[in-house]
Amino acid sequence: MKILVCISKSPDTTSKISFIQDNKVFDENGVQFIVNPYDEWYALVRALELKETLGGQVTIITVGTANDEAIMRKALAIGADEAVRIDAEPKDAYFTASQIANFAKDGAFDLILTGKETINYNGSQVGGMISEMLDFPFISLASKLEVTGTTVCAEREIAGGVQVIEANFPLVISCSKGMAEQRIPNMRGIMAARTKPLQVVSPINSDELTSYVSYNTPSSKAAVKIIDASNMDELVQLLHSEAKVI
Amino acid sequence: MVLVYITTQHGIAKSALETVSYARKLAEEVVVLTCGSASAKDLEILGQYGAKSILVNRSIEGEDSQQLARLISSYALSLKAETVMFSHDFIGKGVAPRVSVRLKAGLVAGAISLPEADGSIKINVFSGKAIAFVKVNSPVKIISLLPNSVAPEITGANCAVEEISGDVGSAAIKVLSTKKPEGDIALPEAELVVSAGRGMKGPENWGMIENLAKELGAATACSRPVADIGWRPHHEHVGQTGVAIRPNLYIAIGISGAIQHLAGVNGSKVIVVVNTDKEAPFFKAADYGVIGDAFDVIPRLTEAVRKFNAENN
Repeated sequence: MKILVCISKSPDTTSKISFIQDNKVFDENGVQFIVNPYDEWYALVRALELKETLGGQVTIITVGTANDEAIMRKALAIGADEAVRIDAEPKDAYFTASQIANFAKDGAFDLILTGKETINYNGSQVGGMISEMLDFPFISLASKLEVTGTTVCAEREIAGGVQVIEANFPLVISCSKGMAEQRIPNMRGIMAARTKPLQVVSPINSDELTSYVSYNTPSSKAAVKIIDASNMDELVQLLHSEAKVI
Repeated sequence: MVLVYITTQHGIAKSALETVSYARKLAEEVVVLTCGSASAKDLEILGQYGAKSILVNRSIEGEDSQQLARLISSYALSLKAETVMFSHDFIGKGVAPRVSVRLKAGLVAGAISLPEADGSIKINVFSGKAIAFVKVNSPVKIISLLPNSVAPEITGANCAVEEISGDVGSAAIKVLSTKKPEGDIALPEAELVVSAGRGMKGPENWGMIENLAKELGAATACSRPVADIGWRPHHEHVGQTGVAIRPNLYIAIGISGAIQHLAGVNGSKVIVVVNTDKEAPFFKAADYGVIGDAFDVIPRLTEAVRKFNAENN
């Protein structure tokens, strides 16, 4: 079984988010970058578990610059067999998906896994786009994934519930919480990662269908109104007449 | 004209009405496309919220993103839609990117506002820690609307319903079963949410949280540690790596307010925080705060809500 796991870098979850150049550019100064948690904790770890029980190979791919090789080494240390970096700044989801689909089209991958979204752009777009570019089925927001032969059984989150779905190789799946448990790389993994193959591929020409014009950070709230713990009637009244939410 | 894809196989969600209302603000000509076994009554509601006409394909179930992308793209082309809209929910997230590729049209995923004067649209980025203005570079635009971002508005009346057919290929995915907890309010759509964290000390104490939620007609949620240690199911986890929500009212009980948690809830209109620690960072993000022990405060609050309901209903 050949599995391709798409990973993206994202700021560490504790990062303070700010912007420079007239709010047009994310300020990377002092920001620690990590593997996007959905890509690492769920997509990559589940891919490794499937490989361990059923055999096969796990390739990770990212679209990014040489700066991203640190997060790729981390993914290799967790257990991926090889890494591919498409040497380009990931400008928008369509551009990114085009690069990955172009690489994947000749790779005979049975499964292509992505995280359900990145924690920086939160678009949930790349997986669906890759599946359309390759004309593969797509299961979005899967929280459970089992493989029997060439058949996949997955659970996906729907509004307030869960659906059990069956589909066949090859396909694309976006992975969400519940699919696997985070793995911490051990020293052996970290050492092994240094010598695992990391291939750098030139990008293809692709359009950018969207542009990020500028950013804003939410305005800070007015000071909190403290209500005495013994006076919950007052709180309910305020929620009704002042906040108008009940 | 705007073509709106609406999921009707699980009933008409509030987000569907929001999406049709948003579309109606973009253009007078709003065509809704749906499939499955939508009832005439459900379709009538979509007309009230702005659909001028509705196309129903009853030959497919509407669970397979490949089939849906073929169906929606072919109608977007034949109707010469300027904008194609979805709700940014489990169906929209599966289908909108595919339609974007088929039509080579840029997708604004998770829009939270109508277009600005320059045509850009606001979306949440960095898991709610910031807002981005996104512009579509292609002639045709695709927008998926984040639930609870705009208010649904009744603007229309009757609309024409047309049954359609056509080959969209077979479904590549098979739905074996659908489990929906009875009576629960879906968290992403809930207008009122009662959420609790480690301050509750153990899963056996969630009864009072559920009682308060029931009295308010609210959904229940939790913080990440609580889901990770198995006190509550994962789908209740709100925050950066869980569900991001934007209810009208978010009541946080015994949650300190780590930055990752705030990211998932700071789109809420009003936040109430109950915590024993007056230094808890969550108070900085709150509109109303109660400093006190949840075990003392929550039963009182529940009683106050009960009294309020009795007086006002």
